[in-house]
Amino acid sequence: MELDRAILRRTDRSDEEIVINFGPQHPSTHGVINFVTQTNGEVIRRSVPDIGYLHRGLEKIGELVPYPGYMPFTDRIDYLAAMFTNEGYAQAVERLLGVEVPLRANYIRAIAGELCRISNHFISIGSMSQDIGASTPFTHALRERESVNNLLEELCGARLTFNCHRIGGVAYDLPAGWGDKVLRFLDHLDSYIQEWDRLISFNEIYVERLANVGVITREKAIDFGLVGPNLRGSGVKWDIRRDMPYGAYPDFEFNIPVGTGRVGTVGDCWDRYYVRVQEIVESSKIVRQALAKLPEGEIAAKVPRKVKPEAGEAVGRVESARGDMLYYVVSDGSEKAYRLRVRTGSFMAMGIVEELSHGVMVADLIAIIASLDVVAPEIDR
Amino acid sequence: MTQEEICTQLKAQFGEAIAALSETKGDRFVVVKGEKIVDVCRFLKTTTGLEFDYCLDITAVDWPARKIIEVVFHLYSFAHRHGLVLKVETDREVPSIATVESVWKAATWLEREIYDLFGVNFTGHSDLRRILLPDDWVGYPLRKDYQEAGGYHGIGNERPDPLVQLSKVTDEKRKAIAAAVAAAAPAIVPAPPLGTSGPTPPPPTPLAPLAPSTATTTATATATTTAPVAAPAPGPERKG
Repeated sequence: MELDRAILRRTDRSDEEIVINFGPQHPSTHGVINFVTQTNGEVIRRSVPDIGYLHRGLEKIGELVPYPGYMPFTDRIDYLAAMFTNEGYAQAVERLLGVEVPLRANYIRAIAGELCRISNHFISIGSMSQDIGASTPFTHALRERESVNNLLEELCGARLTFNCHRIGGVAYDLPAGWGDKVLRFLDHLDSYIQEWDRLISFNEIYVERLANVGVITREKAIDFGLVGPNLRGSGVKWDIRRDMPYGAYPDFEFNIPVGTGRVGTVGDCWDRYYVRVQEIVESSKIVRQALAKLPEGEIAAKVPRKVKPEAGEAVGRVESARGDMLYYVVSDGSEKAYRLRVRTGSFMAMGIVEELSHGVMVADLIAIIASLDVVAPEIDR
Repeated sequence: MTQEEICTQLKAQFGEAIAALSETKGDRFVVVKGEKIVDVCRFLKTTTGLEFDYCLDITAVDWPARKIIEVVFHLYSFAHRHGLVLKVETDREVPSIATVESVWKAATWLEREIYDLFGVNFTGHSDLRRILLPDDWVGYPLRKDYQEAGGYHGIGNERPDPLVQLSKVTDEKRKAIAAAVAAAAPAIVPAPPLGTSGPTPPPPTPLAPLAPSTATTTATATATTTAPVAAPAPGPERKG
């Protein structure tokens, strides 16, 4: 009797809207984020991201430590793609100082960066399949990522928080014999990606779950300021590496994968996912070219121990794994930045979640969040 | 289009509201009068040949000496591959400018962040709430004169130095600590058990002597009173 009444109560309420806190600790929110979700049964009316749980005041810290001392902090902005956070900061300060980075340093930055992109994208596509409900690909992705992390560890001694770049260059030259190891890994990787496609990318269930879900049109993507694979997934061919070339990137040939609506609509979750898979292949191409052309020379420009740029301001922009990353540094002529601003891809991506959430199923919200590839510390900084 | 050309076109349209392109080192910028910012942004976005469709970033810089907060717009055009930095100066006491949400949706979250960390009020904004910090946070942390509050809902922003508690405490130091604690808070600390105890003194374990004082005062107080006394020994400082 008691049970019957309980069931009756539940069925009575089936038309009622409820508010669920989806997070802050939830395996598929990719970090500590809360999605305050208003649902009617399985259908979401709207979902509002509540962020800030990992706010560490990294912009304020930038005003408190001298320029070179901030480099390790940049690792913590995006721990999955720390090479780019290093590079963006270094680039902004170099532009303020007017320092020319040696060519070899730029090549090492490109090699390290692209390996880091491979590592990051494996986490992204692996955890995405995990969120959708396929567990096996995640273990495969982590296995490949471990290999990259081993290589990066050999390069700079750290697996995630690299602190590898310096203002004016890089901290470490390539270890002896390292290039061959990288090439061996890339040979494996290129064949592995085909296996990955067979395993999951074109898996019918997976495609059914992602195609036509969370469609972001080209106009909307630009309007919301999306960057990186999220923007390219909507068919916008925009990549800082090609369109505003920096470092060694003008020397390399590579394609910019964009979403084409291959299995559904342009800009759906599958497109964003597949852009990342293709970018792994492109990164592999870049690393091969960089290793083949690697010039001799210095790995860092001569930068005074006390970095004191003239008063002024500069922007450093790099194509991070999560897209166009912007550092805005204002100098007042002292040893510390007067203002240090980090605009990250994840922050912009979170801004569109509410817009996409209207009328989707709860399970699709998870697919949308996974496809945007947000990293909580990068949102909150 | 070069920045000079864009600036000339803006000046032709808005005249006085647009200052000249700055001559600063690094990136150059244009200062726009606050009341015109929405018009300027819409003009930049919709005019053929300019088409700034990409709002790269909106942020702010606090200048207490000049008594202003600058709101900085980084704009870019995908179609024409040119960029521009706009700045709006607003009074530091009552910082307020109109929202550009109607021009770029990206502004919604970027402006919320400025509101949160600088306290700039964006008039007409659809959802002006704190974004990174809790709703009941006091102050705007990225302002230059921001003073940290002592804590937040009982969560302190300091903690006792764990190294001090782990360091060896000799008999002499223990007496000094007891004396210091007694002197610091005579009302709360009852008769110190050390030195006045019965026939056998307690075995000198490193952590034991701190226990009684921890029980009477807070852990923080113990650590802070301990620190100066233990200082002569090679500093048990926290790793820098």
